[in-house]
Amino acid sequence: MKLEFISLAWWILFLPLLSAVVITLFTLRSRVVSSLLSIGAIVIGFILTLMCIHTNGFQVNVESTVDWLTIGDLHVDFGLKLDALSLMMMLIVTGVGGAIHIYSYEYMDDDPGKARFFACLSLFTFSMLGIVMANNFVEMFIFWELVGLSSYLLIGFWFEKPSAADAAKKAFIVNRLGDFGFLLGILMVWEAHGSLNFSTLQGLGMVSTVAGLLVFCGAVGKSAQFPLHVWLPDAMEGPTPVSALIHAATMVAAGVYMLCRTFFLYDADALQVIAYIGGFTALIAALMAMQQNDIKRIIAYSTLSQLGYMVMSVGLGGPVPAMFHLTTHAFFKALLFLSAGSVILGMHHEQDIWKMGNLRKKMPITFWTFLVGSLALSGVWPLSGFFSKDSILGQALAQHSASGDLLFADGVFIAGLTTFYIFRLFFVVFLNQEKSDAAKHAHESSAVITWPLLVLALFALIGGVIGIQGIYRYNFPAAGEQPANFAAALFEPFAHSPVAATLGLLAFAIGIVFAFKLYGATSTDPLPAKLGGLATLMKNKFYFDEIYEATFVRAHDAIAAIADWIDRWLVEGFCIGVIRGSTDLTGRGLRRLQTGSLQTYAFLFVLGVAVALYFVLK
Amino acid sequence: MTSIPALSDILFYVFAALTLGCGVLVVANPFSRNPVTSAMFLVLTIISMAGLFVLLHAFFLAAVQILVYAGAVIVLFLFVIMLLDLKAEAVRKVRFYGLMAGLISVGAILLIFLKSLHRTPIGADAPPAVEGSTEALGKLLFSQYVLPFEVVSVLLLVAMIGVILLSKKNLD
Amino acid sequence: MHIGLEQYLTVSFLLFSLGLLGVIMRRNLLVIYMSLELMLNAANLALVAFSRFNNRLDGQVLVFFIITVAAAEVSVGLALIVALYRRHQSAHVEDLTSLKL
Repeated sequence: MKLEFISLAWWILFLPLLSAVVITLFTLRSRVVSSLLSIGAIVIGFILTLMCIHTNGFQVNVESTVDWLTIGDLHVDFGLKLDALSLMMMLIVTGVGGAIHIYSYEYMDDDPGKARFFACLSLFTFSMLGIVMANNFVEMFIFWELVGLSSYLLIGFWFEKPSAADAAKKAFIVNRLGDFGFLLGILMVWEAHGSLNFSTLQGLGMVSTVAGLLVFCGAVGKSAQFPLHVWLPDAMEGPTPVSALIHAATMVAAGVYMLCRTFFLYDADALQVIAYIGGFTALIAALMAMQQNDIKRIIAYSTLSQLGYMVMSVGLGGPVPAMFHLTTHAFFKALLFLSAGSVILGMHHEQDIWKMGNLRKKMPITFWTFLVGSLALSGVWPLSGFFSKDSILGQALAQHSASGDLLFADGVFIAGLTTFYIFRLFFVVFLNQEKSDAAKHAHESSAVITWPLLVLALFALIGGVIGIQGIYRYNFPAAGEQPANFAAALFEPFAHSPVAATLGLLAFAIGIVFAFKLYGATSTDPLPAKLGGLATLMKNKFYFDEIYEATFVRAHDAIAAIADWIDRWLVEGFCIGVIRGSTDLTGRGLRRLQTGSLQTYAFLFVLGVAVALYFVLK
Repeated sequence: MTSIPALSDILFYVFAALTLGCGVLVVANPFSRNPVTSAMFLVLTIISMAGLFVLLHAFFLAAVQILVYAGAVIVLFLFVIMLLDLKAEAVRKVRFYGLMAGLISVGAILLIFLKSLHRTPIGADAPPAVEGSTEALGKLLFSQYVLPFEVVSVLLLVAMIGVILLSKKNLD
Repeated sequence: MHIGLEQYLTVSFLLFSLGLLGVIMRRNLLVIYMSLELMLNAANLALVAFSRFNNRLDGQVLVFFIITVAAAEVSVGLALIVALYRRHQSAHVEDLTSLKL
């Protein structure tokens, strides 16, 4: 039984890779076959995951390994670790990913590169599953980089557009910066504990603050925390399914997953720093979202903000709330992105919200799914977002410390801002009058698009009460008990931490009231008038990109110019020039010997004989 | 009383002086750069050398020297000079480098020779008793050295053929 | 002074040097060739002197062969010079520059 279980895991991992390889090598010309191959791989993966869970439930902890590297004392194997944490993530990746794959079949229908798209999607699925199932740091790092590569390929999918190519480069480079810290962290962990296998490390305890923070750098890069958050909004240059899959549900969640997987490594100081970075990211992202006008950008900043929440939660000492929020976030954020995609399709690829309006009449299914998503994001009871957000806020309060309270206040404020910006979006896009002709001619999308939306909406609705939190508790037994039955589950937050729950709902109420007042019936943005300079700051993303450009990018260019100068003048000019010049001179000198003059030859002959005689007769 | 040097010694000095003097004039004649002049002085050099050979009791070789060298080789030289109708060497600028090169190389070789001569003890041993008479030479030549002898005759044949070939105006 | 081997050898060496000087300094092909003959003669003298003072005849036999070979060599060499003259219309060594790079 167990053996069969494990080999299923290997199939789940390698089927998408197989699909990617087959598509790239054989079926790039056939769009239908490629997309079906890719969709098939991930759907089969989902079914196999369900079978794994059905066979043994969530309360497992098994590994299947293949011996790979042995360098001195270090043994690295290539293995798959299956426990509650990884099984849940596998469900999310294959489940939400599968829905998005099906959605892409229709969304990318008129794109000539559809086959290439599915190949990249399959590659991404393989890499993400690799991260989730990895059982040691080295393997995880390899798949980490692969995921970065897939992200690059997918963001820059429309590579003829310069902005898309630039965005892909930016994502990859910024990720690389985080990965550099990550690698240093891994090395320090190895130095401290002598092993890189997660199970082994779990028994060995914490590492130094520095090592912990360096490992966290990886999450900073991958999950777009401050100061490496700049790549995520630009990543919206990719097609909408990419944004949904990679930049909402899975890849950016990999950072949070990694933090939870290696939670035992971080000491109190590291966790403090992590919490603050998470909280700060959430705050600035929410502020920036308030003044964006591109529908995907708003949702992207929302993702940034929610990721900040998750990281903050890990920092506050609780991987379970973080993973819970990660799961519910996967549902409703994917839902929001896919609904936005449906809107974009309906608006014939127009993305400015100020050109939309009154889409409630024209696209009813999308209207309702988007509403569900927005309510879930804002944390309205009884939708899933409420439960997960509340568990994070409750955790902050439960610290009973000054920093905990500060982060709690931060979290509540951000909840209000979240409601505000998402409902700003909602009101402008779906209510009021049409603001352009495209809006007047909008139409609902086909079933292939809307069915995934409905499925995700269902999960966004009920995700809070189906016991996800309990599943994660299998991995982290210290995190509390499961509520007794369904009714208890519904009201559990109020029982557990009433202050957090009520303040959260209050923030929602205030947010939606403000949003309605400002955006309920307007066709232009009234906020700049009210907030003036602050609004400009928000709209321009607090000029982070410009600051980075002026400092890091310029410095980097200067160093590159110096290196170029050294290479060109010193190495090439001087060293090679010296060698070339001396060889040249020697050659010229030697050429003089070949005068063709008989007598010169005779002279040299005689000299040679004289020297030889001298040595012989000595 | 200073002993009067033996006749052979006087003759040696005479012939040696003649040889070297004519040799100098072959190479560097200040009065005429005509190759014919050089050839004439070469003949004189060879004849003086024959005299030296006689002093060394190599009678056969002295005769051969005059017969072959002076009689055939130099005549051949003169034939060619006349054939080519060479004028006096057109006075071209004496190359300084040529002069220096020559003096350096010659100086080096001479130095080595003379030094080695000084160092090696060549004592005056038993008075020499071998006579280079024709009979003695012939005996040696046709007994011990008969193979080289035959080979040299082939060499002469080859040289003849080579000369004929090289002198053809056009090879067809 | 008693005339011994050293004196003959000195004469031989000096004659050789004269020939060498001629080869290197003179620029008329025929004069160079003649200087070459001088060098050969110097070698002959040395061989005969050694033969006399070592009481062996082998040196003289060698001289015999050298004279023969020199004769053959001169004939071939002069034929070459004639051919060269036909080519370049000059017997000046500086005109022979085919070996020059």
